[in-house]
Amino acid sequence: MTPGDIREEIIDILESIAPDEDLSELQDAPNFRDQLELDSMDFLDIVMELRKRYRIQIPEEEYEQLASMQSTVAYLEPIMKDMAKAS
Amino acid sequence: MIAGQQLPDSQRIVLTGIGLAAPNGNSYAELRESLLACRSGVSPYEIRYFGKTLAGICDFDERRYQKRKDVRRGTRAGSVGVYAAREAVADAGLDWENCEKSRVGIYVGVTEHGNVETENEIYEIKQFDYDIKVWSHHHNPRTVANNPAGEIALNMSITGPHYTIGAACAAGNAGLIQGAQMLRLGECDLALAGGVSESIHTFGIFASFSSQGALATHEDATQASRPFDRDRNGIVVAEGGCIYTMERLDDARRRDAKIYGELVGYALNTDATDFVLPNPERQAQCLELALKKAGLAAEEIDIVSTHATGTSSGDIQECKALRAVFGKSERTHFNNTKSYIGHCMGAAGALELAGNLAAFDDGVCHPTINVENLDPECELNGLVLNQPREIGPVKYVLNNSFGMLGINSVVIIGKL
Repeated sequence: MTPGDIREEIIDILESIAPDEDLSELQDAPNFRDQLELDSMDFLDIVMELRKRYRIQIPEEEYEQLASMQSTVAYLEPIMKDMAKAS
Repeated sequence: MIAGQQLPDSQRIVLTGIGLAAPNGNSYAELRESLLACRSGVSPYEIRYFGKTLAGICDFDERRYQKRKDVRRGTRAGSVGVYAAREAVADAGLDWENCEKSRVGIYVGVTEHGNVETENEIYEIKQFDYDIKVWSHHHNPRTVANNPAGEIALNMSITGPHYTIGAACAAGNAGLIQGAQMLRLGECDLALAGGVSESIHTFGIFASFSSQGALATHEDATQASRPFDRDRNGIVVAEGGCIYTMERLDDARRRDAKIYGELVGYALNTDATDFVLPNPERQAQCLELALKKAGLAAEEIDIVSTHATGTSSGDIQECKALRAVFGKSERTHFNNTKSYIGHCMGAAGALELAGNLAAFDDGVCHPTINVENLDPECELNGLVLNQPREIGPVKYVLNNSFGMLGINSVVIIGKL
């Protein structure tokens, strides 16, 4: 998966977790929490969806890597680069 | 014992608002209209593993009071509760913005809670070869027993006490009784009380009733729920909810509130004889106790809203209890609301009562529908069948709700 594919996947996950939010203007650099109403249970949902869709296990001490789109894509790129996009 | 009407106004409890979601109506007015038009809310339904069956399904607008995220986060019972509680507060004409939220108590009856979410999670992990790492972190907050009441509190920013009352199918009445008790104790100034059910979303309840030989089947869904009919063959499971705003009479009068009726008497007791089979002797004792607390004779009750669920033995047992208490009453009429909406479980008592309260104004007793051949063992003088009956001025409505493990509940509402 390319960084673009990973970003698209994260947007898809966020759409299900935060269905009331408009994600069209989500910026990659600022933290998700500064742009969206997300709490700790929502971040666990991101972790859970990645686990379900790609069998990725993110250690708890690395959850902070999911703070923004930029950091999330950067963190996931080496893990997901050889994976195919889930249908 | 002091009968209801002899209490000071600060101890008299009245119903001042009603919010509900029923399979045949999303408000008090819609429910009443459906009951007088003999309109059923039972439909064909399908649920995983169990397959095709019938159910009382609600179509209220969850999004009226919840964001999409709140619906996703929470439970169906929570959504039912939020809708009913918000509607009740709006109906009560309360100045909600300025209402002291720490003095509001939430008392919600449930038959069961958590089965839906647990079944969902087990289904989900099955797709992952039972890897428990995909078990949702939402499972605990969704399945704690106080969840439906807690979702109401979160949605409405209520900081007074909130909890559910687990009382099987007597829970709707039990919610009302708890609300009245807490108001009398001064633990709250406004009670949001009643019951909710999400039971149609658990296949287990259908499968269990089916294994028990107590799940209704019929080629026409609208005729499946037929208490007192000779050809009844079981329960139609339903979802729904009904929440009342309850206040002390002096508070209600001070704000010139509309008053649906006064809770003049109630009783709860226990069979202590069987897990599922009812005990008519104990049911009769519960009825007598409620009448005694209200200071009323059986002959003074205008309408008895029966609990009968359409099972072969349960209906007969309740009729035995009713005959023992009301056998000499020429004034009392009997009806059954499950014949329209199925069995709304934890909501049943509160919803069925709501269906009858309009009789205080219109003097009409809605009928038990779907009775083509009355079971002789269910014959009662005053049983209203298949078409509404004008019965004249109505002063007292008595509501029966009984449940598994032998829990019996009765509430009596009087017109003010």
